[in-house]
Amino acid sequence: MVTQGVRSARCRAEVIIAASRGVGAMEEEMHTDAKIRAEIGTGCSPRGPGCSLRHFACEQNLLSRPDGSASFLQGDTSVLAGVYGPAEVKVSKEIFNKATLEVILRPKIGLPGVAEKSRERLIRNTCEAVVLGTLHPRTSITVVLQVVSDAGSLLACCLNAACMALVDAGVPMRALFCGVTCALDSDGTLVLDPTSKQEKEARAVLTFALDSVERKLLMSSTKGLYSDSELQQCLAAAQAASQHVFRFYRESLQRRYSKS
Amino acid sequence: DSSVYLRYIFNTCFRTVEPLEYYRRFLKENCRPDGRELGEFRTTTVNIGSISTADGSALVKLGNTTVICGVKAEFAAPPTDAPDKGYVVPNVDLPPLCSSRFRSGPPGEEAQVASQFIADVIENSQIIQKEDLCISPGKLAWVLYCDLICLDYDGNILDACTFALLAALKNVQLPEVTINEETALAEVNLKKKSYLNIRTHPVATSFAVFDDTLLIVDPTGEEEHLATGTLTIVMDEEGKLCCLHKPGGSGLTGAKLQDCMSRAVTRHKKKKKKIL
Repeated sequence: MVTQGVRSARCRAEVIIAASRGVGAMEEEMHTDAKIRAEIGTGCSPRGPGCSLRHFACEQNLLSRPDGSASFLQGDTSVLAGVYGPAEVKVSKEIFNKATLEVILRPKIGLPGVAEKSRERLIRNTCEAVVLGTLHPRTSITVVLQVVSDAGSLLACCLNAACMALVDAGVPMRALFCGVTCALDSDGTLVLDPTSKQEKEARAVLTFALDSVERKLLMSSTKGLYSDSELQQCLAAAQAASQHVFRFYRESLQRRYSKS
Repeated sequence: DSSVYLRYIFNTCFRTVEPLEYYRRFLKENCRPDGRELGEFRTTTVNIGSISTADGSALVKLGNTTVICGVKAEFAAPPTDAPDKGYVVPNVDLPPLCSSRFRSGPPGEEAQVASQFIADVIENSQIIQKEDLCISPGKLAWVLYCDLICLDYDGNILDACTFALLAALKNVQLPEVTINEETALAEVNLKKKSYLNIRTHPVATSFAVFDDTLLIVDPTGEEEHLATGTLTIVMDEEGKLCCLHKPGGSGLTGAKLQDCMSRAVTRHKKKKKKIL
């Protein structure tokens, strides 16, 4: 696990109050270059010894129309999320005892297709597991995701952006969730948060969504062939990596609310 | 006399008014309303080659859930970035016939998700080597259109579709095609047909999660509706996983996942015997 000394030397939080954005909007970027000493003990190039996540950054409250919005960057992959809700729902879609969650995912180019529908279903079910829908019956909560750039680990980035946007909108949740992607290449080396090149060359790419309370597996979507033991390995590595993501969420929110 | 009346009340009214409570009473006794154990699958029946107009077909019944798969082979130009590969195009259709929750019109979300799932299983498990479908690199290749139609929706559609697809592909017979050098046209010899080379046999096992803790195998339609989460594992021969599809829902620990894996392995052994 990451030692305290390593972390304080590497973490820099830059808070920039963007006056042009208006009252209550704070833009901040936190550079967390989290290094995880993998329990597996394999070295993953090109990031150096151990398996590490790419640099992340998050911006909240950047759009004026939606109730909550967030932009999440992981390396070069960037996703913009907006949340509308709890709002009025069509009678055909309303559920008598809880909120109706809807997710719309727009790809960077082209029209949304079957793959987007499949991803929307994954993100929606993950959000439904954490959002306390019973507090807002007969309403709708809509999450709109726009892919700004795709450089690998897209589904994980979408999940992170959706979570930050839900927090920004103030939707009640029982836990936070984060997405982590692992890629296994032909000789079994594990790479966390792969780039698109690494994903293409990998034998298997596994994306997990984990919750913040007990690190349970909320969602999993996999591509390629892998064995049972490799799955457990990836899950353990993802659980370790999720700690860093959750710490990043906590610190970025602390910084945002400490000034206002 | 009064006990008969009370039993009637329980079975019909309580089941409609409080389906989850009704269900919990059965789960407490480690069984389900249809008499199955928590880890028991419904009886599977397969009927292969029933559609004579298709190149390969199979009808699968998993309890009440019925899925029919028809495979048609046609010619197409191979993709420019992979000139030695053919195509396998799956499509899952959930018509209003199978359940009252589906309306006619463009495919709904459930059908699209199922189609994407089957496409992923084909891609990940490498059930057919796409190079086998190529006739003449860069010019002609086979494209297999796999149409899966659900005739009765009673839960566990993904398992039924995967099994139907596997059975239908094993049944497909492709005629021999030669390219005539002078005319550059394809000549099809319908008398000489050969089966496809199926490399692996992926078998899907679905679970439903109840109240965040209990796992039940092969859920029916009603159980899927009441469940707090679902999980589908697709395994092939050597215990390799092709797909771990968990679309949200309650969280699972690593130990529970391990338990599901072992069940999936036993399921694979049983199903394989059926199909071979």
